[in-house]
Amino acid sequence: MSMTDETSIPKRPSGFWSYANPVKFLGFSERVLPALWWLSGICLGVGLIWGFFFTPDDFRQGSTVKIIYLHVPSALMAINAWFMMLVASLIWIVRRHHVSALAAKAAAPVGVVMTLIALFTGAVWGQPMWGTWWAWDPRLTSFLILFLFYLGYMALWAAIDDPDTAADLTSVLCLVGSVFAVLSRYAVNFWNQGLHQGASLSLDKEENVADVFYFPLLVCIAGFVLIFLALVLYRTGTEIRLRRTRALQAREARV
Amino acid sequence: MLDGLSFGLAPGQALILRGPNGSGKTTLLRTLAGLQPPLSGEIIAGEDQIAYAAHSDGLKAMLTVAENLTFWADVFGQRDIETAIAAFSLEPLRDRLAGTLSAGQKRRLGLARMLVTGRPIWMLDEPTVSLDVDAVALFAGAIRAHLGAGGAALIATHIDLGLDAEVFDVAPFRAAHDARVGASDEAFL
Amino acid sequence: MKALLRRDLLLAMRAGGGFGLGLAFFLIVTVLVPFGVGPQSELLSRIAPGILWIGALLACLLSLDRLLALDWEDGTLDLLATSPLPLEAALSIKALAHWITTGLPLVLAAPVFGVLLSLPDAGYVWLVISLALGTPALSVIGTFGAALTVGVKRGGLLMSLLVLPLYVPTLIFGAEVARRGAEGMQTTTPLLMLAGITAGVIAIMPFASAAALRVNLR
Repeated sequence: MSMTDETSIPKRPSGFWSYANPVKFLGFSERVLPALWWLSGICLGVGLIWGFFFTPDDFRQGSTVKIIYLHVPSALMAINAWFMMLVASLIWIVRRHHVSALAAKAAAPVGVVMTLIALFTGAVWGQPMWGTWWAWDPRLTSFLILFLFYLGYMALWAAIDDPDTAADLTSVLCLVGSVFAVLSRYAVNFWNQGLHQGASLSLDKEENVADVFYFPLLVCIAGFVLIFLALVLYRTGTEIRLRRTRALQAREARV
Repeated sequence: MLDGLSFGLAPGQALILRGPNGSGKTTLLRTLAGLQPPLSGEIIAGEDQIAYAAHSDGLKAMLTVAENLTFWADVFGQRDIETAIAAFSLEPLRDRLAGTLSAGQKRRLGLARMLVTGRPIWMLDEPTVSLDVDAVALFAGAIRAHLGAGGAALIATHIDLGLDAEVFDVAPFRAAHDARVGASDEAFL
Repeated sequence: MKALLRRDLLLAMRAGGGFGLGLAFFLIVTVLVPFGVGPQSELLSRIAPGILWIGALLACLLSLDRLLALDWEDGTLDLLATSPLPLEAALSIKALAHWITTGLPLVLAAPVFGVLLSLPDAGYVWLVISLALGTPALSVIGTFGAALTVGVKRGGLLMSLLVLPLYVPTLIFGAEVARRGAEGMQTTTPLLMLAGITAGVIAIMPFASAAALRVNLR
């Protein structure tokens, strides 16, 4: 049999999926990362300074309302980070792209930090508003549960030596965990009606915060999204380099 | 771990796998038994024809010899455990708890398990570990009877069982790279 | 399938600690709580449903690391995976055996422990009903945790970290049924939710457990 027939040459994927190639992914992330760092820095700087110093105090909440510029974006990202991990896990299960599994792994610690920021700023906000640092309010409780899910996910990654086994098991956990996280959210809602204010951002204009607070908030959210992307890209790059090092060491050991 | 090897097994035939420690015999057997997917290549034999015996026998210390065999017979949808007990002369041990058996006796029980599966292809990984000379003879007899009844066996072993079997050395097929660390990491180079 | 169930139950009886251990742990939790919160019976009767549910949950968790670990160590799982029995079915059966040896005794013993915590009279029926409905879910979810961590040495602590957050919905609805029952309130909604969770979990989780176990057996 001749080895030159066309079928023996693996087809090179093009378009979006071609970034599943670790080397191509690394090159791409190295090109976009500087821009991402700068953009997220600018957005966060502008949004936070605008929000903290150039918006009026709320007539009921006073200056404490300004913690919204940290609280809402971090809470959004805490949930979206988990959602991104879910998508990445699904891609790993279906298409077996290593970069996808590593991106999920890289996103978890970022998500945890976002959850912690949301919980902490929530406590700082809640203290003057509700007179307590912590209340078993459904939203707060859900975030605490989400935090536990992140911890379990990261612990499972850390506990298993073989990277592919770890990727498989954490993906299954992420899928199952997502279902249970949603279930827990409803259960917790049922369990305690809570004192948390309604959504800060929604399509229903009546409930939304006033425009003066709204625009700097959008800038802050953009900043958090960008810095999340930058951190995940950066951390994924680190994970890829780790695996490259392992591969090179394995190759050297054979010679 | 192994690369480019291929072999077939006909009814009534036994094949002895040879190779130094760590050459991939266990991996090959586990792959053939369907416990792990092959990195490449194909296996032409139904998983439901293969009975696999590993280093550990899956015996429960708190069950008797007969109970252990009955359990596995039930799982494989078989009834008869007497043939297996007779083939490995386990009658005197029948009602002893498996935990009280010696290493060699446990091994005999583990091998007797193959007979109650009722499957034609046996895959045995180092079956003679901790067996004495008489027990090895019993084992070789059981294999011969199995082959005589149209079965087949693939045995990874270092000792001579006195079987009329082909020997297949896996050493030359050792893959150029160590797949345990390699295969998934190679993608990153 | 019957053979596997019979074997697991037989082993639990012979190996000692199968039936008794979880129950003893449940008793200890129930005894320790009044030491911690004080002996006033009004306070105890108010928190009794929750304490009993948490005690049952912890007793269930305690026995999970034996659920698959023993079969993993002696190679039984390898052999089961190559047997005609689908892994999903084998894991469902093992979860059922776990429930019979751990959950069922807890359900039956709970009223006795309710007396210790001066549970209101109206609460006994609902406590037993909620535990009977909820503990199967605990066993099935626990099997998933055990399948995930079976390859990890000393994975008991890790498994607790993974399984406990998954227990949250079951605990909330289960304890809510028992609490509302004890206070003489309507129990229908949480009861339906609890039953829904148990039914859903029994239908779906064995597939996740089997997937995790297959990865670990590789």
